[in-house]
Order: sequence, then C-alpha cells, then structure tokens
Amino acid sequence: MHELSIALSIIEGATEEAQRHGRVKVNAVHLKLGTLSGVAKDALLFSYELACEGTALEGSRLVIEEIPVTAFCQRCEVERALASIQRMSCPVCGAPTPRVTRGREIELVALEVAA
Amino acid sequence: MSVIPRLVEVRRNALKQNDALARALRDRFREAGVCVVSMVSSPGAGKTALLEKTLTAMRRQWRVAALVGDLATENDAARLARTEAPVRQIITGTVCHLDAAMIERALDDWKLDELDLLFVENVGNLVCPASYDLGEELRLVLLSVTEGEDKPLKYPTIFNTADVAVITKIDLAGAVEFDLTAMRENIQRARPGMRIIEVSAKTGEGMESWLELLTSRLNPRVHQPPRQDD
Repeated sequence: MHELSIALSIIEGATEEAQRHGRVKVNAVHLKLGTLSGVAKDALLFSYELACEGTALEGSRLVIEEIPVTAFCQRCEVERALASIQRMSCPVCGAPTPRVTRGREIELVALEVAA
Repeated sequence: MSVIPRLVEVRRNALKQNDALARALRDRFREAGVCVVSMVSSPGAGKTALLEKTLTAMRRQWRVAALVGDLATENDAARLARTEAPVRQIITGTVCHLDAAMIERALDDWKLDELDLLFVENVGNLVCPASYDLGEELRLVLLSVTEGEDKPLKYPTIFNTADVAVITKIDLAGAVEFDLTAMRENIQRARPGMRIIEVSAKTGEGMESWLELLTSRLNPRVHQPPRQDD
C-alpha cells in the first residue's frame, strides 16, 4: 500500500501551491485519479485524512475525480474509452491499443481555499 | 466578516518531485552512457537468481552493477556480491517501493561513467512500484511459471508501465502444468505488443536471448525514449 506515500506527496504539493497563493487556508484539494495510476481511491482517501493530521491541511477534504482509461485506436484512428484495464484493445474494432492517452493521472487540479 | 471560499486552479502532477528527480536521473544516466534496467515482480519470482546469473555472465565483457531494494536485510546484496560486480542494497524500511530519491541517494559516490549497465531490483511488489518513475531506460516485469497465468490480468497496471515481460523458472513449467499460451495472451491483453522472454536461471534455458536483449541496448548504444506513451 503506497497510498500513504502518495497522500504525503499530495499534501506537500497542495501546501506549496497554497503558500504561493498567499498562505490561504485550504478547505479541499481536487484530484484527478486515473484508473491506470496504480492508486486505489478508497485507500488514498483514508491515507489522506491520516496524513493531514498536524499539517496546515488538517481538516481539509480530498475530492477525487476518477479518470477512465482512454487509448488511441490506430485502426479506427480515434481515441476510445476502454471498458477495462484488463483488455487494452479498442471496444469497437477489437484492435490492440498500446497507446494510452489518459488514465495514468495523479493530478492536483484545484484547491478550494478560504480568504 | 465572512470568508468567501474560492477555487484556485493548480494543475500539477502529485508526484511532480519524483518525476522531476527521475528525469534528472535519466539525463545523468544518458550523459554517463550507462543503460539502467529496472526489475519488478512479486516476492519470490526469481529476480535475484536471474540477476546473479546475469551479472556473472556479463561481467566478462561489460561493466555491470546492481542496486537491490528490500524492506529489510542485506541478504540479496550479499548474494549478488559473490558475482564480484559492484552491488549496493537499498533498505526501504516499511516502504513498499523504490522511488527516484532512493536511487539518487544510493548512487551517491558511484562513478556512473565507469558502468555500461546498471540493474535496479525493486522491492518484491506488483502494485506500488507502478506509480514511481526511477529514471530507468527499460522496465522489466518478471513473473514465474508457478504464479498462475492470470497474473497480468490481476496486476494490469504494472504490466502497462513495463517494457518487457520475463517469464522465469521456465524449467518448472511441466511440473506445474504451466500454460505458456494463456500467459502470453494475458500479457498481450494487458500490454499489447509487449516483448516476452522465457528463462530459467537454474538450467540456463533462454539465457541466450535474455542476454542478447540486454547487450543489444549496449552495443551500439542507442538511446530509447522514455517509456511513457503520452
């Protein structure tokens, strides 16, 4: 379980960004989490709360938007949302889709701040 | 006085620090002319056994070295040191994966330009190492014939971040009724186009193509782009 490490990185990043915006109080951190990121949402939420204790972000919420995997299908020449990460192939034509375009994200997108 | 909440757009990778460090390491490796190959697998897939044979076989011709990660003990480093290649243990304590900072620290006083090939053996774990770029040129995922043919479907993320799959302990395939065709299919489902190699560190079966894969990257030295597709 590396979600605690990931949570610590999120807190570090969010703290840095909050300071850049004038040491504002952070109420919530918005995160994009790809299904191919290797990070489990529930474990991350649990770890986040724990990791926030005693930091400037204590009491803040982590809001996670899950990003499904999309890949470029070379046969259809279009980006497709994949049905599952167990089968990296085009859901329409069945061609293998090694080129992943989205779904690996662990991205801080926004901070909800007061002030 | 009421405080009005507002939304501040940030847009940054949560692992920005690790990724920046990994990029710096990748540049450093390229400058020094050393090819860095990392290995991930479940505990007990045979990373160290394969590494032991590989270091011994390659040492005659190439300057090879290894970093080995484990939660505890220096057993793997001690075992690999018998090959007389430079080896260093990274003990992670409770951490279940290597990150770029650990690699940087472990390489502290190593002269990278005196190496051709550096192996990085990750902690035995098919989940956590997936999220961390170590600056490697090539990531291998190892799985042994005793682990079950559906492993790539159980851990698709790690397969998707790796470049080559190495099926180990192939000498035991018959004894455990291993279905190579099913395994190959499952690997291709999780990572289409992935190169697959079968080896036995014990009998030497497949070692030739395994060593060829490694040396093809050393001579002539051809730079490969980072493994991310996006």
